[in-house]
Amino acid sequence: MSAREIFNLRNPYFAVSVVAATFFVLAALGGFIVLPYAQRELKFAGLWDVICSAAGLPRGAPSTAAPTSAFKTSNVVLTSTTLAHPSQQSIGNGATLAQRCAICHGPTGISRADSPNLAGQYASVIYKQLLDFRSGARSNAVMTPFAENLSDQEIADLAAYYAYLPRLPAYHPERQLPKPHVVIFGAPLRGIAPCGACHGSLDNKTGSPWLEGQSEVYMKVQLQAFASGRRRNDINEQMRNIARAMTPQEIDAAAAYYASQPPELVRAAY
Amino acid sequence: MLVNRKLILAHFWLAFGAFGFALMLGAWQMFIRSPLHNWLSDPEWYYRSLTAHGTVMAYVFPTLVAMGFGYAISESALEQRLVGVRWAWAGFWLIVAGGIMAMVPVALGRASVLYTFYPPLIGSPFYYIGVVLVVVGSWVWVALMSVNLAVWKRAHPAAPVPLAMFANVAGSYLWAWTAVGAAVELLLQIIPVALGLKTTIDAGLARVFFSWTLHSIVYFWLIPSYIAFYAIVPRAIGGKVYSDTMARIAFISFLVVAMPIGIHHTFADPQVGAGFKFIHSAFTALVVVPTLLTVFTICASVEIAGRLRGGRGLFGWIKALPWDNPIMLALAFSFIMLGFGGAGGIINMSYQLDASIHNTQWITGHFHLIFGGAIVIMYFAIAYDLWPHLTGRALEDLRLIRAQLWLWFIGMIITTFPWHYVGILGMPRRMAYFDFTDSALSAQALPVILSVIGALILLISGLLFLAILVRSQVAPHIEAGSYRFSEAVHPPTTLPVVFNSFGLWVALMIGLTLTNYGFPIAALATRPDTSVPAVYVGAQ
Repeated sequence: MSAREIFNLRNPYFAVSVVAATFFVLAALGGFIVLPYAQRELKFAGLWDVICSAAGLPRGAPSTAAPTSAFKTSNVVLTSTTLAHPSQQSIGNGATLAQRCAICHGPTGISRADSPNLAGQYASVIYKQLLDFRSGARSNAVMTPFAENLSDQEIADLAAYYAYLPRLPAYHPERQLPKPHVVIFGAPLRGIAPCGACHGSLDNKTGSPWLEGQSEVYMKVQLQAFASGRRRNDINEQMRNIARAMTPQEIDAAAAYYASQPPELVRAAY
Repeated sequence: MLVNRKLILAHFWLAFGAFGFALMLGAWQMFIRSPLHNWLSDPEWYYRSLTAHGTVMAYVFPTLVAMGFGYAISESALEQRLVGVRWAWAGFWLIVAGGIMAMVPVALGRASVLYTFYPPLIGSPFYYIGVVLVVVGSWVWVALMSVNLAVWKRAHPAAPVPLAMFANVAGSYLWAWTAVGAAVELLLQIIPVALGLKTTIDAGLARVFFSWTLHSIVYFWLIPSYIAFYAIVPRAIGGKVYSDTMARIAFISFLVVAMPIGIHHTFADPQVGAGFKFIHSAFTALVVVPTLLTVFTICASVEIAGRLRGGRGLFGWIKALPWDNPIMLALAFSFIMLGFGGAGGIINMSYQLDASIHNTQWITGHFHLIFGGAIVIMYFAIAYDLWPHLTGRALEDLRLIRAQLWLWFIGMIITTFPWHYVGILGMPRRMAYFDFTDSALSAQALPVILSVIGALILLISGLLFLAILVRSQVAPHIEAGSYRFSEAVHPPTTLPVVFNSFGLWVALMIGLTLTNYGFPIAALATRPDTSVPAVYVGAQ
């Protein structure tokens, strides 16, 4: 077949290909040039910028400086395998370091002072909170001085040690309370997920603690701190948004309910 | 001539058995998230059920129907024993093994990621590997259809390929290329993370790969129904195919334009440029061409039947049609649902209109109306038409069959119309419960209850369908004769090569995939800053 026969509209292969190519070119002209220019509110540096933008390529950074935060934000990166499979040395070293924590968090990781029970807490939780205390993303008159002097390895060791401890029944569980609606179902229209979807009874999202048997006062204070914005080391504002949307009665009920639950209900972290 | 009846029956029975199971899950899901039931205290059960429902209905059920019907077409349209029967059985057992392998982790709650995978959610690797096995099993069928056509062509050089087989092979090629997107996503992105070899995943790229599969898979589901429109309906109602060429153009168009349009599923995604979204929107518009061609050709073919039966005048032929024939009924219902579903689809594919219904219940209503309605009702018709030839036994109770089809049609309308409506009201999809007590949502309670009633009607109809098939297995023997397909008014004697082979069309399908997907995929794949940590679900 000569070139003249191939590139001839009587050749159905060529004709169909021309139709398809024409359609593509027209669609591309529409999507890459006509439509971007038709949107007056978009500002472009030139034709090439228009095309790159429509192609989905990242465009040059805007000339205005990125907004700076008035407060420290958490910079801890957690994946579900952070701290997985700690060594025995790490756990042992953590046990030695944990002597310093025992005065508030209890010699077995069970607190008698309305501080969190740490025995059997997910390692990622202890790791993240200590790093946040150290960086200033979370501050507390007692915890901050302790955390400031810890190295990365010491923080990982402490996390490994406390995660390794068995979850003892908490010191102050009371009678089991009925399940509050907001805990079990959340409130879909206020953007509140069921607590257990992250906090361990249904599923665990990395970095979220289990709450069963924790101090009622502590949980209430933390929820109030999230709601008021005093605590803001939840990087995606997930807890601040939830706590803000909760009523004071719901905060009371949720704290009282979790304090009354035995920790056996909690799932293991991944 | 149908020789390997056991093979074909095995595919259909597994398909319809799995369908019955997934249908029950679907009805349960409709019920528990409606105002008729308390909120689930563990929403994971909803997503577990939804994953099983979607996986079975999207991957297992239609694939098996296409395969079983494809083998039947190959044997009866080509009048040639199936070449590679052992391979066909191997493909079947791969699907069985893959299906079980995928369903066990889903049942255990270790893969509640929905059938669309949604990385960075990551479930058990067995789920994904099971899905891959199902796809590999179906690729055996693709290869066999190609081989059987080649064997026949060698024996009949230059003869026109029978329309049913031409369409069947077009469908198999479409599926082979369609499945590549999800296969790449699973093999290169998700499974390494699920196995723990990596802990981050480029979720945006994964969504683009999935969109490659997600839209054209619908046309793969649809091809058996379209084959039934052309190759079964005119014969069953005593008419002829109005135009054989038009039918071939329709299937060829599906092969070419079904593929490069999937990005309309990611209109709300930031990782794809607006230009490519527009191109895909424009190409999606082209899909109306094969559908309108089909509606025209089939209406003309049906009119031929009506006039042959003595119908006169502008509309008299409609009255003269054999309305007591289940195939006629199924066709009418299918077209009505295709009409409404297609109209809704035009809204989905429009770049701007989509914004108002994206990720709402409108979408769920749309694809249930198209797939569950227009397509699946033709699967029923295929089964009813083919069954006596497969079992050698009669399907005696036509009234029951008609009742089943009526129930499916009514049930699907009652389910999906309110679904579309609440979607316009803004009701999101994929939710385990809704707070209907809130004044913002209370208007949605009644339509949602209506759609639950529709779901129950569908469940009854689906179970009735299975009962009719089971009953026929013990009905008296009959001599069903050889299985035939419709003849055209002007049967093709010679065809131009383009209407008798696939080379050009497959090349165009791949070429348009490269133009429409090549750049977005390459741009995302080469960017270093696009991966996010995986979120392992149900891993405890």
